[in-house]
Amino acid sequence: MKKLRLWIYWGVLSFLMTAFFTYRLRTEDSTVFLPGETTSGHYQIEMSCESCHTPFGGVREQACLDCHAEELKAADDSHPKKKFTDPRNADRVTHLDARKCVACHVEHRPAMTNAMGVTLPEDYCFHCHAEVGGDRPSHRGMAFNTCASAGCHNFHDNRALYEDFLVAHEGEPAIRDLPAVVSRMPAAPLGPPLTTLQLDAPAGVAVTSSVRDEWASTAHARAGVNCTGCHDVNTEGGGKQWAGHPTHEVCVSCHESQVAGFLAGKHGIRLAAGLPAMSPALARLPMRPEAHSRALGCGSCHVPHQFDTRHAAVDACLECHADTHSKSYKASSHFALWQAETEGRAALGSGVSCATCHLPRETTETGGARSVRVQHNQNWNLRPNEKMIRDVCLSCHGLAFSIDALADQALIEANFRGRPSRHIESIDMAARRVSKN
Amino acid sequence: MKVSNTIFAASFAAALAVISACGGATSTAKTEPAAGGISPQQMADALHAVMESDRTVYTRNVVNRLQNTEKVIKASEHWQDDKALPLPAQMFRMGAEMVAEKTDAFSYSLLSLWPVNKQNAPKTDVEKAGLEAIVKEARPYYSEEVLGGKRYFTAVYPDIAVAEACIACHNAHKDSPRSDFELGETMGGVVIRIPFGS
Repeated sequence: MKKLRLWIYWGVLSFLMTAFFTYRLRTEDSTVFLPGETTSGHYQIEMSCESCHTPFGGVREQACLDCHAEELKAADDSHPKKKFTDPRNADRVTHLDARKCVACHVEHRPAMTNAMGVTLPEDYCFHCHAEVGGDRPSHRGMAFNTCASAGCHNFHDNRALYEDFLVAHEGEPAIRDLPAVVSRMPAAPLGPPLTTLQLDAPAGVAVTSSVRDEWASTAHARAGVNCTGCHDVNTEGGGKQWAGHPTHEVCVSCHESQVAGFLAGKHGIRLAAGLPAMSPALARLPMRPEAHSRALGCGSCHVPHQFDTRHAAVDACLECHADTHSKSYKASSHFALWQAETEGRAALGSGVSCATCHLPRETTETGGARSVRVQHNQNWNLRPNEKMIRDVCLSCHGLAFSIDALADQALIEANFRGRPSRHIESIDMAARRVSKN
Repeated sequence: MKVSNTIFAASFAAALAVISACGGATSTAKTEPAAGGISPQQMADALHAVMESDRTVYTRNVVNRLQNTEKVIKASEHWQDDKALPLPAQMFRMGAEMVAEKTDAFSYSLLSLWPVNKQNAPKTDVEKAGLEAIVKEARPYYSEEVLGGKRYFTAVYPDIAVAEACIACHNAHKDSPRSDFELGETMGGVVIRIPFGS
C-alpha cells in the first residue's frame, strides 16, 4: 500500500513538473531554462533561445555569424577561421580551436567570463605567440594576459593598432587643427517639397496644428513625404491602411541602412529577434526611473513629426541613460563644443554629441559616389573601445592621445573631462623599432 | 600513391576552376575521373602550375610594371588604407584563404626560411626539409606528413624572385631577415597539401 502511494506521489510530481516546464517553455518567460546569467552582449535576446540554439542541440556557428560576420569582415579580422583551418596550424588548434566562435565565447558562464565575453584564461595569446619576445625585444618580460588588456592588441580588430599605422600617426597633437566630423547627407527626396496645404491625411484623422507645423518644418516635408507616406501601411491583403503609430517597418522603406543598424544594435535587437521592444526597465546599465516603461522604436529618439536629429543626438539619449559616463557628459568639453555648434557659434560638425561617438557618421565611396550615413548600431564601435579610434576619435584627436584616453577608465567615466592619466607606449615602441632599421 | 581517385579527379577539376576562374566564379561542374585516375602529385603539380603562372603574371605585369617600371601606383601591405596594390605575397595568401573557405580538398601557403611575417616560417618537419631542399636544388620536393591526426601528401615548390619588385621589397623590409636576395634566386616555397582519403 505504501509503495503504491509513493508511486502516485511520483506520478503526480512528474506530471506537475512536466506541466510546469512545458508551460514555461511555451510562454514568453522561459528564464527557468537559462543555464546561467547571459553576457551583456546577448541578455536582451536570452528569451529567444532559438536565435542561437537548435532545439535540444548546441549553438549554431551560423547564428553567431548571422549577427557578427559583417563586423568581423569590416574589422579585417586578424584571426579569421580560415587561418585555423590550415593543416599546418593543426597543433595550435589542439590548444585553441579558434575555428569556432564558442571556443572562446561561451555564453551563460558568468564565473569564467572576462572582458569581451571571452571565457578563456586571459593568457590565451601565449599558445601561438610565445616567441614574440625573440622578434620584439621590447615585448620581453611582458605578461601574456596584458596583450589585449593594455590598449595594445585585440584578437579581432587591430585596424587602429597595427605597427605601420602607429608609426604613420606618430607625433600627432592631442587635438587637431580643425577638429570636425563630416557633414550629414540627406536621403534622396521622394518628390518636390510640400506645404501644409498639401497634407493628405484622410478625412476622420484629426491633424493638430502643432503636428502640422512640426511636419512642415522637417526634412520630410522638404523631401515630399506626406502624411500617407508614413501612416499608410501595407495590409496583409495587399492594400493600404492608416496606422496611427507607424513602426520601423515603415521607416525602413526610405532609411534602410539606418533601420538595419538599429535592429543590429542593443536598441533594436529584441525586435529583430521577434521579442517585444527593448525597454529601459530591461536594461543592465543604470536608466532613469521615469523612462522605465518606454518601448524603443525609431520614434523614441526621432520624435514623430519633429524628427529633430539634434534632439536624437543628445537629449533623447539622456532621457533614459543615467550611468556615470552619460551623467558626466554635460560637464565635458565635448558638450561645450556641441553647445557652441547648436547655438551657431562654431562650425557645423565641430560639436561632439553622444551620437558623434556612439552613432557616428560613416563615409562610403562606391564608384566615385560618396555617401554619408549614420551608423545606428551603437555597438558597432563600442567594444573593444579601440574600434572607435579610426572612425571617431581621429576626426579630432591624434592617435596617441586617443589610445591613452580610451585606456583610462576613470577618464571615460568622467566623459573625457580632463587628460589621460596614463600613457600607452605602443606608438613609441613601434617608432623605436622602425628607427633602428 | 593512388588514393581515392574519384574524389581527387573531381576536386582537382573544381580546384583548378576555383583558382583560374576570373571574377571569383565557382565551378560546380562534375567531371568523370580520367582513365587511370590522377595521383596527388599530379594534382599538386597541376595546381602549382596555375598558381605559379598567376603569381608571376601579377608580380611582373601588374606590380612590377606599375610600381617599379612605370611608377604609377605603389604596392603596399596596407593596400586598403594606402589605396595601393596588394603585395604579390598577399595576393597569393588571399587566394589561399578564399580557397580554404570553399574546400578542404587541398590547401596551400607561401613559406620561407627568411619570412617577412614570422608566421610564414617553416613549422613542420616536412616544411623545414622541403624548404631547405628547394633552396639547394630548385625542383619540387614531395613528402607525406601527419598533421592533427590526418595524413597529407605535401609538395613544396621553389618560389623564385621573378622581378625587381620581389627583391627590392624583401631586401629593404624592416622585418626581412635578409637584404641580399638576387633575381632568379629561390626566396621561399609554395606548400601544397592534399589530404589522403576523407
